[in-house]
Amino acid sequence: MTATVRAADVAVGTELPEQTYPVTRTDLVRYAGASGDFNPIHWNERVATEVGLPGVIAHGMLTMALAARAVTAWTGDPAALVEYHVRFGRPVVVPDDGTGAQVTVRGKVGALGEDGRARVDLTVTSGGEKVLSLARATVQLA
Amino acid sequence: MALDPALVGRGYPPSAVYEVGRQKIAEFADAIGAADPVHRDADAARAAGHPDVIAPPTFAITLTLSAAGVVVEDPDVALDYSRVVHGEQRFTHHRPIRAGDRLVATPTIEAVRSVGGNDLLTTRVDVATEDGEPVCSATSMLVARGTA
Repeated sequence: MTATVRAADVAVGTELPEQTYPVTRTDLVRYAGASGDFNPIHWNERVATEVGLPGVIAHGMLTMALAARAVTAWTGDPAALVEYHVRFGRPVVVPDDGTGAQVTVRGKVGALGEDGRARVDLTVTSGGEKVLSLARATVQLA
Repeated sequence: MALDPALVGRGYPPSAVYEVGRQKIAEFADAIGAADPVHRDADAARAAGHPDVIAPPTFAITLTLSAAGVVVEDPDVALDYSRVVHGEQRFTHHRPIRAGDRLVATPTIEAVRSVGGNDLLTTRVDVATEDGEPVCSATSMLVARGTA
């Protein structure tokens, strides 16, 4: 049930493989349905611009989920992620252009505990800007 | 009107039971692109040591969003949802959520602050099984812009 990455194989400073995830308007529709968050700023350009946004933006929670995928890709085990804390920064604007946005996730082990728990500090960007101003995941390593 | 500091510590009743289904887990995994078979195949999940398919990280939002919404709609809180943005989110898991779980979500107001004309509301939702086994906690901080 624990991760396939072993605590003995990582150190403070160990880097996770960088991941990039595409986000399209279709993804926002699918995520709205799956999460139950039907806020129109995530699918309606008119409403998004009326409230002062540059356009339709991704759900912060979707960005949070994508960043977690990078952690899970590294550990090999979704159940290893035991704590996860993010602060939402710049919005991920998702244009209706057939391509959408890209979310890039880089991570580094920031701390390692005696119990095999590692804190991973993530840098999550889209269009060159930080979309999560803080993103920390605690994983239980094997 | 700024949020009342006396709201800190206010608890709300537990939600109705949320039955976690395999299809909902698969739907959520599809929506976030999580391809691991443990989210879709009970045999794969059991081989990994789980009783049934497990939900991906952040799945808890599917039940904690509405639980935290009860707080926003409290007349004493009365946050203007049209001005609300999601500031922070935290999940702490005792174990993964899995298909078959019958879960109850109980919200508590953890903090209220007014900063730079904005109201900041922090709500913790504790998620436990119907039988009282703690599963996870979800803490969200909402920022209501220009309402303080």
